[in-house]
Amino acid sequence: MDMKASKKKLGLKEKYAHMTRGLGWETSYQPMDKVFPQATFEGIKIHDWDKWEDPFRLTMDAYWKYQAEKERKLYAVLDAFAQNNGHLGITDARYLNAVKLFLTGISPLEYVAHRGFAAAGRNFPGVGPRVACLMQSVDEVRHAQTQIHALSNYNKHYDGFHDFKHMLERVWYLSVPKSFFDDAFSAGPFEWMIAIGFSFEYVLTNLLFVPFMSGAAYNGDMATVTFGFSAQSDEARHMTLGLECIKFMLEQDPDNLPIVQKWIDKWAWRGIRVLTLVGMMMDYMLPKRVMSWKEAWEIYFEQNGGALFNDLAKYGIKVPECLTQCTEDKEHVSHQAWATFYQYGGAAAFHTWMPNDEEMDWLSAKYPNTFDKYYRARFTHWRDEAEKGNRFYTNTLPMLCQVCQIPMLFTEPGDPTKICYRESEYQGEKYHTCSDGCKHIFDDEPEKYIQAWLPVHQIYQGNCFPEGTDPTAEGFDPLAAVLDWYHFNNGKDNMDFEGSRDQANFAMWRGMATKNT
Amino acid sequence: MQIDLRTVSIKPLRHTFDHIARRFGDKPASRYQEGTYDIQQTDIFHYRPLWEPERKLFDKARTQVEMKDWYDLKDPRQFYYGAWTIARSRQQDAAESCFDMIEDRQLGDIIPAEVRQMALDILVPMRHVEWGGNMGNSYISAYGYGTAITQPCLYHAMDHLAVAQYLTRIGLVLDGPASLDKAKDAWMQGAMWQPMRQHVENLLVLQDWFEIFVAQNLVLEGLAYPMLYDYLDGDFSANGGTAISMMTRFMAEWSTETAKWVDAQIKVAAAESPENAALLSAWVRQYRAPTLAALAPLAARAFGDKAGDVLAEVTSQFNARCAKAGLSV
Repeated sequence: MDMKASKKKLGLKEKYAHMTRGLGWETSYQPMDKVFPQATFEGIKIHDWDKWEDPFRLTMDAYWKYQAEKERKLYAVLDAFAQNNGHLGITDARYLNAVKLFLTGISPLEYVAHRGFAAAGRNFPGVGPRVACLMQSVDEVRHAQTQIHALSNYNKHYDGFHDFKHMLERVWYLSVPKSFFDDAFSAGPFEWMIAIGFSFEYVLTNLLFVPFMSGAAYNGDMATVTFGFSAQSDEARHMTLGLECIKFMLEQDPDNLPIVQKWIDKWAWRGIRVLTLVGMMMDYMLPKRVMSWKEAWEIYFEQNGGALFNDLAKYGIKVPECLTQCTEDKEHVSHQAWATFYQYGGAAAFHTWMPNDEEMDWLSAKYPNTFDKYYRARFTHWRDEAEKGNRFYTNTLPMLCQVCQIPMLFTEPGDPTKICYRESEYQGEKYHTCSDGCKHIFDDEPEKYIQAWLPVHQIYQGNCFPEGTDPTAEGFDPLAAVLDWYHFNNGKDNMDFEGSRDQANFAMWRGMATKNT
Repeated sequence: MQIDLRTVSIKPLRHTFDHIARRFGDKPASRYQEGTYDIQQTDIFHYRPLWEPERKLFDKARTQVEMKDWYDLKDPRQFYYGAWTIARSRQQDAAESCFDMIEDRQLGDIIPAEVRQMALDILVPMRHVEWGGNMGNSYISAYGYGTAITQPCLYHAMDHLAVAQYLTRIGLVLDGPASLDKAKDAWMQGAMWQPMRQHVENLLVLQDWFEIFVAQNLVLEGLAYPMLYDYLDGDFSANGGTAISMMTRFMAEWSTETAKWVDAQIKVAAAESPENAALLSAWVRQYRAPTLAALAPLAARAFGDKAGDVLAEVTSQFNARCAKAGLSV
C-alpha cells in the first residue's frame, strides 16, 4: 500500500483539472458527433479542447459557499427594504421608470441567458468550457430571480411592473431586447458565445449593467443596487469566460478568424442598437444622473473597448467598421430615442416627460455640439404645449427596422435632420433597416431576419387585439385594443408622468412617511 | 410577552405580479412562485433555431409527454436559486468537515485494504457516470419546457457535478491522483464497466428530454444510488470503512431528497393522462433492464454471491416506488 502520492498537496490548477477535465471521456459506443451534434455546423474548427484555459477555477463546493453567503446577505437587505418602505427613499418617482424598463426589458433576458448557457454547457465537446458555461447558466437564473425578487416590492406599489413576461413578448419596444436574445439563442453554440459571452457580457456589460446599477445607487434605490453589488463578482466571471472563449476560437484554427470577425461585427452593432435604450435612460430617466451617455460611451467603449481590440489585433481581429458611425451617434441617439418615446408615450409601459430647465441645461453642457442645436427647441415646444394642456401623443405607428426592431428614428450619417432608411430586397419583397449596420446584418442572413415578428406589422395585420375583438365594429379604437392585448392598465401604466398615479401615490406616501399631517 | 414596533403602513396596489395572480390570486406570493412560474417565454419567438428549424426556441414538442400546464410539475422542495444554493452550502459544510477530519487525522490510512480497494474500484469510476448525469440534466434545462422543471434540472446537473467532485476527492484521499487514472482506465477498458459506459453513452444521444429524465433521474439513479449508498455503504461501515461512509454522506442525503422531487414529477405527469402513464411506464421498463445489466458486474464485485439478492431487493424497492408514483412497471 503506497500512500505517498496522496500526501502530496495538489496545486489549485492540478486539483481543478482532476475535478473537471478528468470527468469527460471520448465516447466509443456512440459517436462523438452524435453526442455533440451542434459542435461543427457553424464552421468553427476546434482541434484540441484540452488547450482551453479555464478562466476561473471554481469547484461546486466553493461555488456553493460563496454564492450562499451572497444570497443570505442579499435577501436580508431585500427583506429590510420591503419592511421599511425602502421605495420611499428614492430621489423622485420618475426614477421608477428606469427600473420598469429594466424589469420588462432586461430581467427576462437574464432568464434566456440561463437557458442558452445551459445549452452551451451541454453542447461543447470540451469539459472545461462546458463547466464554465453551466456555472454561468446557474448564475443567470440567479440574476433573473434576484431581480424579480428585488423589484417585486416596487410592483406592489407602482404601475408598469405588473405583467413583465407577457409584455416582453408583445410590446413594441421590448421586441428590441427580446429579438436580440432570440437571435443569439437560435444561432449555434459558438455564435451564442460571441453574441452573449463576448459582445454582451464582455464588451457591453459596462454600458448596460453598470449604468442601471449606478443609476440605482445615485437615486437611492437600495434594492436594485444591492442586487447589483451582489452580482458583480458573477459578472466578472462571465466577462473572463467570454474573453477566453473568443481567444480559444481564434487560437485553434486560422479559418475561424473570418467567422469570428463576422460575428463580432454583427453582435457589436446589435448590442449598440439595444444600448440606445440605456442611453435614453441615463440622459433622461434618472433624476440624479450618473454621467451622460456620451461620457459613458467614451470611457467604457472608446477607451476600454479600444484597449480590448488592440489586444485582439494580434489574432487579426479588426475593430468593427460600423463603429465609426458611433462616434457621431453618441451625440444624438439618447435624444432621438427619448423624443420617440415621448411621442409614443401612450403606448409605453412607463411614463415619459420633458426635462425641466435645469435638466435641459445639464444636457446642453453634456452635449455642447448637438443638444441646443437640434433638440432643445423641439423639447421646449413640447413642454410648453403640455403646460397649455396640449400634451402631444402621436396616434400613428412607426416603421421598424427589420433587424434591431427599433423605430426608424436614427438619422443619416452627416445629417442629423434626416431620418436614415435602408432598403434590401429578398425573394421579391422589400425589407427596411435603420442603418448601414443593420442592413449589412440583414443582407448576410436574410432568411433569418425575414422571420422577425415586427410588432407594428403584426398590429396592422390584426394580430395584436384581444381574442374576439371585432375591428369592424363601430367606434373600434385600435390603439386601445392593442394596449388591452398588451395587458396595459390604460391611463395608469402609460402616458405622461405628470398626472400619473405613480406621481400622486409617491407624493402621498412620502408625505405620510415624513410629515405628521 | 410581545412588543410591537410600529411602521408607517401603506396599502399596496397589488400583492404580486399579474401572471402569479392569475394562477394563485392576488395575494403575497412566495419567492419560489415569483421566481419560477411563467418566466419562460411561451408565445412569440422571432426566429427558428438554426439547430432545429422545425421547432420554436422553446417548444412543447421536444417530448412525447403532454401536459396541459407544464407548471403543474412543481418542485416540492420549492428550490429557487437562493433556496437551492443555501441548502447545498449547508450540506457542503457538513461534508467538508468530514473530509477535513479524515484528511487531518489520516483516517484513510486505517481503512482495511480490501475495503479501500472496493471503494477505488466501484466509487471512483462512478464519477464518470455522474458526469453523464450532469449532461443529461443540462440538456433538459436547455430544451425542456417550463421553468418548473427546467430550473431544478439545472440544479440537479450542478449537483451531479458536485457528486462527481466528491467521488474525485474520495479517490484522492484513498490513493492520490493515480486512483483517478486507474478509474478512468477501468471506465474506458475494464470489462466490469463497459456495460455501464455503453448505457450512459446511449443516454447521451436521446432527444426526448422527458425520456432522459426517466432514464437518468428515475431509473439509473433510482437503482444505482440505493445499491451504492445504502447497501454497499452498509458494508463499508460494517467492515471498518466508516471513513468512506463519512465521505459519501452528501450522496446519501442528496439522493433521498432528490428522489422525492423526481417522484413528484413522475406522479403528476402520469396522473395527467393514461397516455402519459403508459409512456412513462414503458420508458421505465425499457431502461430498467440495461441499467440492471450495467449494475450487475459492479454488484458482483461489491457483493459477491449476494449480488443477485441485493439487485433483486433494490429492484423490488424501485418497482414499489414506481407503482406508488402511478406507473405500471
